Amino acid sequence: MSASVDSPSSVEPVETRSHDWIMAEAERLKAQGETEPRLARDAVSQPIINAWLEAMEETDPRFADGVAPPAMAQVWTMPGLRGSRGASDPLSGAMAMLDAAGYTSVLGTNCDQVYERYLRVGEQVSVTTRLDSVVGPKQTGVGEGYFVTTRNVWRVGDEEVASMLFRVLKFKPRARVSTGATDGGGPDRSQIIRPVVNRDTEFFWEGTRHGELRLQRCNACGELRHPPGPVCPVCHAMDRGHVVASGRGRIFSFLVHHAPKMPGRELPVTIALVDLEEGVRFVADVRGNPEDLAVGDPVVVGWDKVDDELTLPIWEVAR
Amino acid sequence: MSRGLSGQAAIAGIGATEFSKESGRSELQLSAEATLAALADAGLAPADVDGLVTFTMDNTSEIALARELGMGSLRFFSRINYGGGAACATVQQAAMAVATGVAEVVVCYRGFNERSGQRFGQVQSWAAAQVNTNGLDNAWTYPHGLSTPAATVAMQARRYMHEYGATSEDFGVVAVADRKHAATNPDAFFFGRPITLEDHQSSRMIADPLRLLDCCQESDGAVAIVVTTPERAADLAQVPVSIVAAAQGSAGDQFVMTSYYRDDIGVPEMGVVGRELWRQSGLTHSDIATAVLYDHFTPYVLMQLEELGFCGRGEAPGFIANGAIELGGRLPLNTHGGQLGEAYIHGMNGIAEGVRQVRGTSVNQVDEAHHVLVTAGTGVPTSGLILSK
Repeated sequence: MSASVDSPSSVEPVETRSHDWIMAEAERLKAQGETEPRLARDAVSQPIINAWLEAMEETDPRFADGVAPPAMAQVWTMPGLRGSRGASDPLSGAMAMLDAAGYTSVLGTNCDQVYERYLRVGEQVSVTTRLDSVVGPKQTGVGEGYFVTTRNVWRVGDEEVASMLFRVLKFKPRARVSTGATDGGGPDRSQIIRPVVNRDTEFFWEGTRHGELRLQRCNACGELRHPPGPVCPVCHAMDRGHVVASGRGRIFSFLVHHAPKMPGRELPVTIALVDLEEGVRFVADVRGNPEDLAVGDPVVVGWDKVDDELTLPIWEVAR
Repeated sequence: MSRGLSGQAAIAGIGATEFSKESGRSELQLSAEATLAALADAGLAPADVDGLVTFTMDNTSEIALARELGMGSLRFFSRINYGGGAACATVQQAAMAVATGVAEVVVCYRGFNERSGQRFGQVQSWAAAQVNTNGLDNAWTYPHGLSTPAATVAMQARRYMHEYGATSEDFGVVAVADRKHAATNPDAFFFGRPITLEDHQSSRMIADPLRLLDCCQESDGAVAIVVTTPERAADLAQVPVSIVAAAQGSAGDQFVMTSYYRDDIGVPEMGVVGRELWRQSGLTHSDIATAVLYDHFTPYVLMQLEELGFCGRGEAPGFIANGAIELGGRLPLNTHGGQLGEAYIHGMNGIAEGVRQVRGTSVNQVDEAHHVLVTAGTGVPTSGLILSK
């Protein structure tokens, strides 16, 4: 099998690596274990701390006096503009491996950091990285992908000072073609049914474009409401604003649509009615058709950008 | 004249086309055929008609039908909104017209090529593109993939299962009863083709938890009902069937098929209809010998039994078990085969079956069917009737 080659005339890579190859490569990278410690280019320094404090608008006086903010852990070992994490870096290795298999796009990164103690000016940290897991293939709203998780540990000498679990979804982007059927790829997303919008509801759709799930709020009595409308049904005021929902909720009910065909969407589609923690309900589809979904499951809102005009909220299971 | 509607109008005639998957005729022709059949059944002529009522969704205008049948002048014409929820309300409109003297002979009709033409079971993109409040309402469902009637019902069905422990087999009991009744009805599309619960359980998922056999047919056909005064009806060809109650209902925070923002996402609009039916008629559920409960999707039959007071909330699975809703059971339902078994004519064929039960002419006749309850489309603003001797 040759490496996949992107040709300008095709919407999909000519050939993709198999799942077995990906998992074998992942095992090889995991077996390498933790990298050799890579020493920070510079010691922890007040000028770098000061620049960070200004950028973050952080004013805690401790950090002006030789103590480094813990969230800067990763800063000290950044490779720099032209630097490299080294040929053996397992994150770079996993990314290259998935690129070669056609999973060329990145989404849904998250990181969990743990701080053991504060760093002080003058200390020089080192970092190690190991590949924690490669999980997939997962069918997600943006396409099929693998979740790659790595673990970094920062040390001063032999003493562990901070660590981080870093997770990234490497996915195979669905073909985006404006007319006609896609060439063996996903559905034509330009066919997704679009909402009718008027002056009573445009605030909501403007919100989704900004990654905000906006809930109408009556400026007179405070009543929250979805779906929105021009008059408060409780106090009849027409002075309305909105709040941005946390995006967290629990599944009140759901269904899995298998038939008939739906314009612009691949089947099945899981659709859930969610009780938002603000106390209103909202319908959206659930990313990835999770097989063991149940009433009561926690979800968090995500975003499915259809095009520049339309972004749809989408539920991500948050178990 | 009394202030109530009860007993102030009667059904004097019923008529229908054959029920098929491809009629081969225009929708206007289907409605004209059904109307002629209903008038002939009553012993009336098109010239006797002075009022027409149909669904907002019907593609045949009252004047087009009147022209086709040479009816001349009309004194009354009206349409009812909300899909299949309109069915019994067309008869209510007609009853109110004749009870008040606004008209004397009113025909209610509904005709469509719903299988060979525009199929309601498919994703109806146009419904989400309407530039009106219905289109705005659908913005909260269709773009998110919730875009078929089956899917909208599946959302309620899953919640019902979660709250009350109902199962897919419980829904299947309705399908089995309907198809049993259709099997002995020569006019039914599924005449001679009963199903078992196993057939139901092995049918493919459409909108999980709803299977194919939880969903009604798509049909071509038309039905017409003739409504007139009790006095006029007494002089006509058939034994009059009295409209002892006729009600519409919509509940708080009502949507079309997606009333998901209430605490309880059941069908309280049918409770509104039920309470009004009992109030108008002075009857209770124990007076009802048989009922035609709108069955576009099986879970709604269970929820309707509860809203109408035949059993408590969540108790329908027990109520319908052991043949209770089959002929010979304690409350036979949909003795024509329902919309799963006979045909989907948007509930109008169910009203015709209610009339046959009161007349004593159903192919699956229930003994002592003095009072028959009929409901219209569920999940939408809806309506209901009680028909009596």
